[in-house]
Formats: sequence, C-alpha cells, structure tokens
Amino acid sequence: MQFDVTGHSTYCYSGGKPLDPAKPTVVFIHGVLNDHSVWILQSRWFANHGWNVLAVDLPGHCRSEGAPPASVEEAAAFIVALLDAAGVAKAALVGHSFGSLIALETAARAPDRVTHLALVGTAYPMTVSPALLDGALNDPQRTIAMVSTFSHSMLAPPLGPGSWLYGSSRALMRRVLASNTDANVFHIGFKACNDYANGEQALAKVPCPVLFLLGEADQMTPPRAARSLAQKAPGAKVVTVKAGHALMAEAPDEVLFALRDFLK
Amino acid sequence: MSGYSDPGFDTLALHAGAAPDPATGARAVPIHLTTSFVFESSDHAAALFNLERAGHVYSRISNPTNAVLEQRVAALEGGIGAIATASGQAALHLSIATLMGAGSHIVASTALYGGSQNLLHYTMRRFGIDTTFVKPGDLDGWRAAIRPETKLLFGETVGNPGLDVLDIPAVSEIAHAAKVPLLVDSTLTSPYLIKPFDWGADLVYHSATKFLSGHGTVIGGVVVDGGSFDWERSGKFAELTEAYDGFHNMVFSEESTVGAFLLRARREGLRDFGASMSPHTAWLILQGIETLPLRMERHIGNTQKVVEFLAAHPFVSRVGHPLLESHPSHALANKLLRHGAKGAGAVFSFDLKGNREQGKKFIEALKLFSHLANVGDCRSLVIHPASTTHFRMSDEALAGAGISQGTIRLSIGLEDPADLIDDLKRALKAAEKAGA
Repeated sequence: MQFDVTGHSTYCYSGGKPLDPAKPTVVFIHGVLNDHSVWILQSRWFANHGWNVLAVDLPGHCRSEGAPPASVEEAAAFIVALLDAAGVAKAALVGHSFGSLIALETAARAPDRVTHLALVGTAYPMTVSPALLDGALNDPQRTIAMVSTFSHSMLAPPLGPGSWLYGSSRALMRRVLASNTDANVFHIGFKACNDYANGEQALAKVPCPVLFLLGEADQMTPPRAARSLAQKAPGAKVVTVKAGHALMAEAPDEVLFALRDFLK
Repeated sequence: MSGYSDPGFDTLALHAGAAPDPATGARAVPIHLTTSFVFESSDHAAALFNLERAGHVYSRISNPTNAVLEQRVAALEGGIGAIATASGQAALHLSIATLMGAGSHIVASTALYGGSQNLLHYTMRRFGIDTTFVKPGDLDGWRAAIRPETKLLFGETVGNPGLDVLDIPAVSEIAHAAKVPLLVDSTLTSPYLIKPFDWGADLVYHSATKFLSGHGTVIGGVVVDGGSFDWERSGKFAELTEAYDGFHNMVFSEESTVGAFLLRARREGLRDFGASMSPHTAWLILQGIETLPLRMERHIGNTQKVVEFLAAHPFVSRVGHPLLESHPSHALANKLLRHGAKGAGAVFSFDLKGNREQGKKFIEALKLFSHLANVGDCRSLVIHPASTTHFRMSDEALAGAGISQGTIRLSIGLEDPADLIDDLKRALKAAEKAGA
C-alpha cells in the first residue's frame, strides 16, 4: 500500500488488506538498515486479527521515497505525517531498535494520536560504538556482517522452515543499503540513534500504556541499557524473551503474544 | 553466540539449525517421522495456514528434521534459507517451476549432468520452456543466447564430463545485465570447495545424494537462495512480485523482501508438485554433513595422488582434472575454488590408450573401485561410459560428446590412497594385456 507523505511515495505493508475505518490501527516501525519485512509474522497476524496494519518502510528505505530521516525527531514528524496521509486518527506504535526511539518520540509529540507504545529491542541512550558508526560509513559490508552477528543469539532459530537468520538478515541489510544510492541509510540511521537525547523527556510526556519488549541475549541493545528508561515509566510493562536483538525472528511467537496481550 | 564474526564452516556443519531438543534433551537431531503436526487450537491452525505464525503443518510442506537440514545447508552456503527436495533433479525442477512457465527460456551450460540435460532438452520443452545450450567458457555465447523471454542462466560449478569450471563471476554479470538470476549446481564441489554466492550466483542447488550425504545411502536434493537477486527491480518475475490467487493473494516479494523465491517454492512448488524429502533421508544427510569438511579434505587429497599417478602412467593418454596445467580450467579453478585446482573435486575422467573391450577389462579387473552409476560416495567408484551410460552411441558420436572408447570416470573415495593406486595399477596392467 502506497501513501503520499509530504510529497513522497511511502510504502506500508498492510497484510494485503485495505484500511478499514472501523478497525484500530497498529504501526510497525523497523530499525536501522531494515524494512517492513522484519515484522513478517507479527504484522501478518495483526492484519488478520482485527487490526489495520501499517508496517512502514521508512523514507529512503526500499520501497519508500524521500530522504532518510537524519534524526529521531525528523522520523517522528514523518510518522505523524504518515498517520495524516493514511487518514488514521489514532494508532498503536510498535518500534524496533531505532524504530522504538521513533515510536517514543512520536508518542511524545502527538500524545493524542497514540493509543499504545511498544518499545521492542530498545535502549536509552542508544549509544552506537565509534567502530560501528565508522564502519557503517567506511566499510558497510563488513559492518553489516558484524551487526548481523551481534543481532543473533542462536544457531537454531524458529522463524520459519528452512530460514537461516544470519544469512537473511545480512541479505536484507545489503538490499536496504543498495536501495538508496543517494544516501548511506546505514550510517544515517546509526547516527540518529546515537544522537537522540530526548528519550527521558519524551517518555514523561507519553500518557498511553507502554511496553518494553526486550531480548535477554540482546548484544546490540542489552536489557540493562533499557532499565533506566523503564524505571522512568513505573506503569510500563516489561517483557523479556529468550532471544537476541533480532527477537521478532528468534522468538516470533513470544513477541507476538507480548504484543497481542499488550494491545488487547 | 558472541564475537565479531559468525561461526566458521566446520562449526556450522555440526550446529547450524540444531539445538538440543527442548522436549527431551536429545542432543542429536531427532527424526520427526510424522506426516502432520497437531494444532494447539483452531486459531493456531488458521495462523499456520495463513503464514502468521511459524510452525509445521504437513511434512510435504515442511518438517522439523528437514528444517534443520535446510538451515544447515543454507548456513554453509551463506544463503538466506533452503528447501530440501526428493532429489537433486527435484531441486532443479522446483527452481525452474517457481521462476517461470510456458513461453519462458533458459540459457544453460552444455557441460551438465545427463539428467539435467534430459530435463531441459526434452522434458521441460514439452511444458513450453525452451533451453539454449552454450559452452560454459563461451561468454559471448551466453550473452548471444539471451532472449526477451529468458528467465534463468544455469550451469554447474564443475561441469560434466570434462570438469569445465564455470566462470561464475563472469556468467553472473551477464545474467544480471539481463535482469535474470544465475542458478548453479554445486553438487560436485559441495559448499566446502566453493561458495557460489560469494562469486555472484543467486541460487544454488545440490544433489545431496552425493558429497553432502557422502555415504551412498539416500537420494535427496536441496536448493538454496542467496537472497541477493532483486525480483522487483528485475521486473521479469510476476510469479514473485504480483498477487498470487493460488495462495491467499500473497505478493511474495512484499511479504519477504529477500525471501520471495523460497516462499513461493515452498508454498506452491512443494505443495503442488510434492517432491519433498523424507525426514529419515534428511537425517542421514545431516549425519553426512557433520563430517563434510573432514571428508572433502580426504576426497581431494586422495584425488590429487590418483591424478598424479594416472598422469604419469604410460597406458593413460589423458587425465581430465584441473589439477593439471594442461586442463583448460586450470587457471579458473585456481581462482575460484578453495585449495585452488585441487578443489575441483574428486570426480573426473581419464582415457586409456585402448579400445572399448580394454576399457571393460579395466573395470572388471578393479577390486576396490565399485562399478556403478553414482558419484560422491565415501567408497571409490568407477564407470566406463562407452559400455554403460553411452553404450548405444557410435564411436563418432562418443567422440562428439568428448568421450573416447577408453574414457573412464572415477569418483575417488576415502580409502587409503596407496590401496587405490595399487588397484588402478593392477587394472591398468590387465587392460593393457587384453589388447596385446
């Protein structure tokens, strides 16, 4: 499904279904060098269980036009504009990694538009090591391999029959990087994560229910790195699953059940 | 796992796709000999059928034991996933049937396994898929053969019968310029000797019957997707990029940005053609793969010794292995294969300085080498094409196929190399005497 968002064609996976004004809407926001397909199972389930799904490709990523957002704030403004373009008054936001910061900032900027906030594989501050920042800019293929290794915690993941997650996450990152020949979305995304400094202030402005959904073996955003932010939201629900940073693929059912229970 | 890089090849050969069984603690991969899997609820059943949740429904489509094999081969190849099939031929057919229909066209190497040649030259033509064959090293020929309806380029890493090494970087460049993928049969090399994705191939398949299994026990195949080919950007594969009303109106390339081929191959090809692998077979192939690195080292080490022996023997007129500098693929083998030309595998042919009868005598005099129609066994194998696979052909036709009356094909196993050489020495003497 394509929308015109501030003059740029924007792709959202909707599970093959048109938007139904009678249904609630959930927006899935991917992380750095990913696209909508990292939510392949969860987004399809919600699309077939009473929800409108907008699993977006962020601007400048794969099927979406426009400049890639250079900051979390810029990306949050885009999500609000996407809701406007889709004619969606209110939505639940589910973000992974970089996407979790975007969801958080969006919920703070437009609290009346957000019904639920799910922060998946999150950390605050989301510090990116100089090695990864530099590698994303100067040696992206090697750095993709490093990030793929850091993002996985098991050699026998259950995503789907025959899927090899190390290979598929590397292939997706290469595809997303190649999809934008004007800008290095890898480095821009990492820098936006690293620069974001408004997390605690943003969380203080969020009135809706909040879920922290974390991977206990996550080496990119370890659960301890989300602890201080979670403590600032005493009402927040924290769920930890046995997985690494790629928890939607390594623990697909557990992630689905946590989101399903949270969005009930 | 932790660290800066993925586990190495030998580790993946043992662990990729497998963990101790959560229900029983079994360390080895269990054999899930069951046709079907109980649903937790009606909702669970519907979610599995509609690809909303991961899991298994029916063993023609997927099975937990097969899934381990699929992940393991995908890991060893550096791919995104794989599908296990009933045979290598089934893997080739599944690849073709997923990518095209009647009116499509393939450009293939002439240096193919006879079964693949039959499938393309006779059988697929009956279903409206045409193939143009070009010599693997003729890069202009590959380019010239491409038509608007071409959907696939196809060759073998190391081709039959002369071990022509496919110039995967060059041929994949030609394929990609034409917006089509390159499919490579890597049976004779296995992922241990070459990883075709690293050189530009898009899809790889194996007859797992051969070196992956390694013990001459089961028939099986596996096709792996490298996840690098952009089906949408190509614009030539509506099968993957447009809604398919045969499966929930799914647009496979939207569902999975890099995994569209495997999605359709499993959800349509395995479902409808049904050429799936038995879980028992998958388990035996997994057993083989656990020792693949060790076996391949021994296979090619033994082969080197046998090639050196034959090349120096006065009753041998030609040895067709890229180890020899005179072989046309010597330089390319050194460039592309692990261990260089030594990595061109353990299956090769050589010519006796004799007639058809002397070739038969040679075979009959062998004691360790088994006379049969297979390759890639841990035991050494031999066949005499002029008296078996090609026995109906005239001497002229044989010559046209690059086979002489004295051509012998060997598949070198894991025995003591000195014993193999003694066996060959004895048989060569017997053949020589038969011509006296």
